[in-house]
Amino acid sequence: MRLENINKVLVLGSGALKIGEAGEFDYSGSQALKALREEGIETVLINPNIATVQTSEGMADHIYFLPVTPEFVERLIAKERPDGILLAFGGQTALNCGVELYRRGVLEKYGVRVLGTSVETIINTEDRELFVRQLEKIGVKTIKSEAVETVEDARNAAKQLGYPVIIRAAYALGGLGSGFCDNEQELDAMVEKAFSFSPQVLVEKSLKGWKEIEFEVVRDRYDNCITVCNMENFDPLGIHTGESIVIAPSQTLTNSEYHKLRALAIRIIRHLGIVGECNVQYAFDTGSEDYRVIEVNARLSRSSALASKATGYPLAFVATKLGLGYGLFELTNSVTQSTSAFFEPALDYVVCKIPRWDLGKFRGVNRELGSSMKSVGEVMAIGRTFEDALQKGLRMIGQGMHGFAENKELHVDDLDEALKAPTDKRIFAIAQAMYEGYTVDRIHELTKIDRWFLQRLEHIIELDAELKRTDGVEHLEYDLLLRAKQLGFSDFQIARAVGLGRTMTMDQAVLRMRQVRKRMGIVPVVKQIDTLAGEFPAQTNYLYLTYSGIKNDVQYTGDHKSIIVLGSGAYRIGSSVEFDWCGVQALNTIRHNGYRSVMINFNPETVSTDYDTCDRLYFDELTFERVMDIIELENPHGVIVSTGGQIPNNLAMKLDGQQVKILGTSAKSIDNAEDRDKFSAMLDRIGVDQPEWSALTSEEDMEKFVARVGYPVLVRPSYVLSGAAMNVCSNEEQLHKFLRLAAKVSKEHPVVISKFMTNTKEVEMDAVARNGEIIAYAISEHVEYAGVHSGDATIMFPAQRLYVETVRRIKRISGQIARELNISGPFNIQYLARENEIKVIECNLRASRSFPFVSKVLKINFIDIATRVMLDLPIERPNKSLFDFDYVGVKASQFSFNRLQNADPVLGVDMASTGEVGCLGEDANSALLQSMLAVGMRIPKKKILFAIGGPKQRAHLLDTIKRLVDRGYTIYATGGTSDYLNGLGVANIRVYKNEHLDEHGRLKQPIVSNLMHNKEIELFVGIPVDTLADSVHDSYYRMRRTAVDLNIPLITNARLAEAFINAFLDVPINSLAIREWSEYK
Amino acid sequence: MKKAMLRLSDGTTFEGYSFGADVSVSGEVVFNTAMVGYPESLTDPSYAGQLMTLTFPLVGNYGVPELTFRSDGLATYMESERIYARAIICCEYSGKFSHWNAHESLAQWLKREGIPGITGVDTRALAMLLREHGVMMGSIEIEGCEHAEQSRYEDVNFVAQVSCKEVMRYNVGGAKKVVLVDCGVKHNIIRCLIDRGLEVVRVPWDYEFGQIDADGLFLSNGPGNPDNCMPLVHHIRNYMQTGKPIFGICMGNQLLGKAAGAAIYKLPYGHRSHNQPVRLVGENRCFITSQNHGYALDADTLPEGWMPLFENMNDGSNEGIRHVSKPWFSVQFHPEACSGPVDTEFLFDDFVKLLNQ
Repeated sequence: MRLENINKVLVLGSGALKIGEAGEFDYSGSQALKALREEGIETVLINPNIATVQTSEGMADHIYFLPVTPEFVERLIAKERPDGILLAFGGQTALNCGVELYRRGVLEKYGVRVLGTSVETIINTEDRELFVRQLEKIGVKTIKSEAVETVEDARNAAKQLGYPVIIRAAYALGGLGSGFCDNEQELDAMVEKAFSFSPQVLVEKSLKGWKEIEFEVVRDRYDNCITVCNMENFDPLGIHTGESIVIAPSQTLTNSEYHKLRALAIRIIRHLGIVGECNVQYAFDTGSEDYRVIEVNARLSRSSALASKATGYPLAFVATKLGLGYGLFELTNSVTQSTSAFFEPALDYVVCKIPRWDLGKFRGVNRELGSSMKSVGEVMAIGRTFEDALQKGLRMIGQGMHGFAENKELHVDDLDEALKAPTDKRIFAIAQAMYEGYTVDRIHELTKIDRWFLQRLEHIIELDAELKRTDGVEHLEYDLLLRAKQLGFSDFQIARAVGLGRTMTMDQAVLRMRQVRKRMGIVPVVKQIDTLAGEFPAQTNYLYLTYSGIKNDVQYTGDHKSIIVLGSGAYRIGSSVEFDWCGVQALNTIRHNGYRSVMINFNPETVSTDYDTCDRLYFDELTFERVMDIIELENPHGVIVSTGGQIPNNLAMKLDGQQVKILGTSAKSIDNAEDRDKFSAMLDRIGVDQPEWSALTSEEDMEKFVARVGYPVLVRPSYVLSGAAMNVCSNEEQLHKFLRLAAKVSKEHPVVISKFMTNTKEVEMDAVARNGEIIAYAISEHVEYAGVHSGDATIMFPAQRLYVETVRRIKRISGQIARELNISGPFNIQYLARENEIKVIECNLRASRSFPFVSKVLKINFIDIATRVMLDLPIERPNKSLFDFDYVGVKASQFSFNRLQNADPVLGVDMASTGEVGCLGEDANSALLQSMLAVGMRIPKKKILFAIGGPKQRAHLLDTIKRLVDRGYTIYATGGTSDYLNGLGVANIRVYKNEHLDEHGRLKQPIVSNLMHNKEIELFVGIPVDTLADSVHDSYYRMRRTAVDLNIPLITNARLAEAFINAFLDVPINSLAIREWSEYK
Repeated sequence: MKKAMLRLSDGTTFEGYSFGADVSVSGEVVFNTAMVGYPESLTDPSYAGQLMTLTFPLVGNYGVPELTFRSDGLATYMESERIYARAIICCEYSGKFSHWNAHESLAQWLKREGIPGITGVDTRALAMLLREHGVMMGSIEIEGCEHAEQSRYEDVNFVAQVSCKEVMRYNVGGAKKVVLVDCGVKHNIIRCLIDRGLEVVRVPWDYEFGQIDADGLFLSNGPGNPDNCMPLVHHIRNYMQTGKPIFGICMGNQLLGKAAGAAIYKLPYGHRSHNQPVRLVGENRCFITSQNHGYALDADTLPEGWMPLFENMNDGSNEGIRHVSKPWFSVQFHPEACSGPVDTEFLFDDFVKLLNQ
């Protein structure tokens, strides 16, 4: 029975995507909103993440793009006066905010009822000591752990427990500030870092090598419990579950073990009194049935999103209904629509989750995996063999791998070490070891990965060897080929193994392999995820493809009514929730216009992979092979490749080559924009300017180029040795160093070099065209000068400081390009603008990262228009006056450097941010301020440290610093900056490194690192001389890194520092209006 | 591996490979959607006469523990002394295994016990076919092996085949004494009873147990058609005269129902899984249960004085009955689990409470 008097509910979102808190919360929040709306409840959502699906029109009744902090939420509650609040759907951000609101008495003051799990219970699970005590009461074993509040206590605790120990910060998301220590020295460093995130730090005995098992548990207020799914980590304990390859259901547990842990999970959820969903993580011995509970998350989590996708059980939706007071027995299984929601899904497949890392983007980052999360996204692969799921998954992560076998040989110096100390490449090190003859036992000794998994991997290698023994594709036997496909080998892998690539290009070989295979009658079948393993019919089309089967679950009628939208794959730096939003919008438009909407995607953190978002969901690969398989089954009206970012965009030409109908802009046009030479020639032809560039194959040619255009230059290698893929070089020394260390230049690996423009504005044009004519557009402007990747830049829309003439020229050039490429659909052009001089940097004939942002600020859905264009439907041209409005949107980037140990937190030409927010304001300052607060910036009250690298930047910030001094701020400054300020009579306190001695041989005071460690610095403005901070060992790097490790707000760009400081000086935080989206008119 | 084929009585065939004993067999083809517990299921006597299809594709991962026995004669890890299912059908048999408690592979065990196993079968397609058509007879034909024909499942008295042949006693001297009628009892039922301090007198299915001086009666699970057990039904009716507690599980539920006068029918494709939801009738209390049955009790035919105790939340079928005033109750599911969830084990405590009243 539903609770009474709950008519209006506030949902807390999770804000920007960050490592440890990503798209999964868009999914869970969207489900929660859907469940509330189904009940006729008025919904209020606060989430500054403007790119999410949950913040789209129609998802909630009131949408606020505001920071999810206690201050803003309190004011929001005072305004909206909701009856209830949901805390469990916005990750740790929402949970922490909710606990704080409770502690401050805000919820009580306004009579807001917490729906679902109570705050007391949340605190019992979050506070380690309380948690352990609670579980002891019911005789459940936890990892022996001491909660400490000083370094000294931590040392003593570690001594008692015995090293190795693990350090965790209480109340921190995704294992932030946690890690293993083998000795006191390591402990001291780790504990200090942990204290910067939380006043309480936990010291625990390490159980490295144990299995890690997780259960997702649901309980209603009538005490009915189910476990929806269990999962087993491929990597044993010691690697954060977000960093592990995860298999569902568990594969190495016997009935007795499975049900022992299941029963414990239920005992725990009952005792804690959770209403809704939680997960229980266990460490499990490998030689007995001994166990420890690692932790309980009393909220929806990454695991619960994965479990929902793995089973088809909509955990967030059900948890919302339970929070409203329903019993599980009152709800229906949304897949069968006839059986009860009180049941436990039976799987007839396995899923494999693999994390996606982008560590290559960061300079100096530690690649070793441990108890803290570093991955930026994940994929989920479904198969009916473990081998299939794993190989699919390894292709899905999109890092150039073809599966477990038949990859390029990995260069590993010390294979044993690569197996022992896990990095993002370990799975491939295992393959390498197997090729080199390591036995399963030896690999097990080194990795502690369960032998069963290793045996399955060996199985792949054995089959690969068998394929290799086949002399040419014509000798490939039916049974072997079928077996290879069942074990997840792609046509590419098989073609390469049998040597097809020796006589033709791999593209040709793949086509030939496909042809041979189909002629032998070996094609995949489509299976449904139905939650009950076939026991009851499913009403939904949640599908995957497999070769372990003989019968399709779907009847294809060949009605040409399907429109396939290709999704965006794993979230990564540069491609995340914004493309999920685009995909979902396209599906909506398709559905509303009488077509069958079909999605192909494999990212479990998304809304587009929610089976009720589309008519048919293929949770499968976005490879040419798999997309073609699906196209051949669906026989679609057409395929949309322009709403899923770069992955589908890259498939356009290949699909076109197979006569697949690509809707909208032609594949040829896409190629003309993507191919640097063709695009450049076209710009020359229509008389549009671009920065001078050249693709060069020798250092000599590069020197000649530089001699002509001058430094600085932007260098983009096609083959990256290590570190970031592109860089700006300001002088010869840097260029040579970069070429020597990071990039190889040769005939096979040309390097694209271009003139790098400094002090230049960057402007973005997002638009939709039809038959070459622009229908809707948005021009936005970066706060930072060119040199900061557009994905990291702070963006203002509409552009605030461009000349009218600049805007006019950009419109004109964009129109020319649209015409020339005959664009029909979404596109984005990036421009450089200095004075009124305009240059085109690049053009993408697809939706861009900023489409949801501009669409929501403008309140014109660009994807809806673009999809209508592609479907050839009539369009109402947006009225011109709509492009003229009296408020500003500011998009700010979220960085996750705090998770990436040792990574240099400086911004450059390669993207580093993991997420973004977009806030609205009456003016640029208030929008900027909100968005900066939403990405974790805090407004300093007194003390700011400046370390400004170059004279230009110092001059740039001079007025700003003067304003701060006038307003009573204490300015700390490093050597050069201090000298500069002193020279101009600006009061400041000079800081020293802890190596500067005075005449008495004493360390000069104050020492900058002490100030930081003592929390004396509230904001650190650390501007490097240029973006190529070439040494990761210099003191500026150390200061930047220390700021990140100690959670001190850091700004590394002069223009952004200026904008932020002026914004908080001009706009008092309490004067920021609590206005919902629709109030901006 | 030899090629093998499953041929259903409707003519449908499924191809695969033999990984167990190379013997052709036939029997009733059923499907089980559990994701763990193949050693327990295979040794569950209720699978006698059946070809067990597992819908979870990966089978054999953790091998098989050694078939050892405790000092009281009960199996340490298994549910009986041998494999009772006539064959196992799966999609992806895992030849290599890994577990600290594994003694041998599933294939080795099947071979030793002379039980065929076939892998490479689209068990999802098979399960969906059985769902639409109902369970069918089928045979496994292994390349180069003679065909086997078996009688119709319904006509065979499997209980007589699997029941113990003589009286056996466990935990002699226990606080209360219970007669357990063995229709094919799973050892964990006996474990659950003796763990609660009861003395268990295990008797053959057709034994005149009325002569034993005991505090209560337990009716076990078992294979096949309950109509073949009429002698036992009469014994139960006689026992009811004593007014002493009765507890039944699975077949025990059907037999108690029959003794009360209710009718039994065959479900189209049975319940064989670890995820069956049941609801305590008239209450908001629900449980996830382990089930393995092809027949069900028609609750509408329960005579006066009896009422349904549990109900299946998916299809509404009966999951247990009780007498309104006498200490008699039974459940269709398996509170002893093994394999499956253990959430309803408290029913054994309820039985003990009745014995103590």
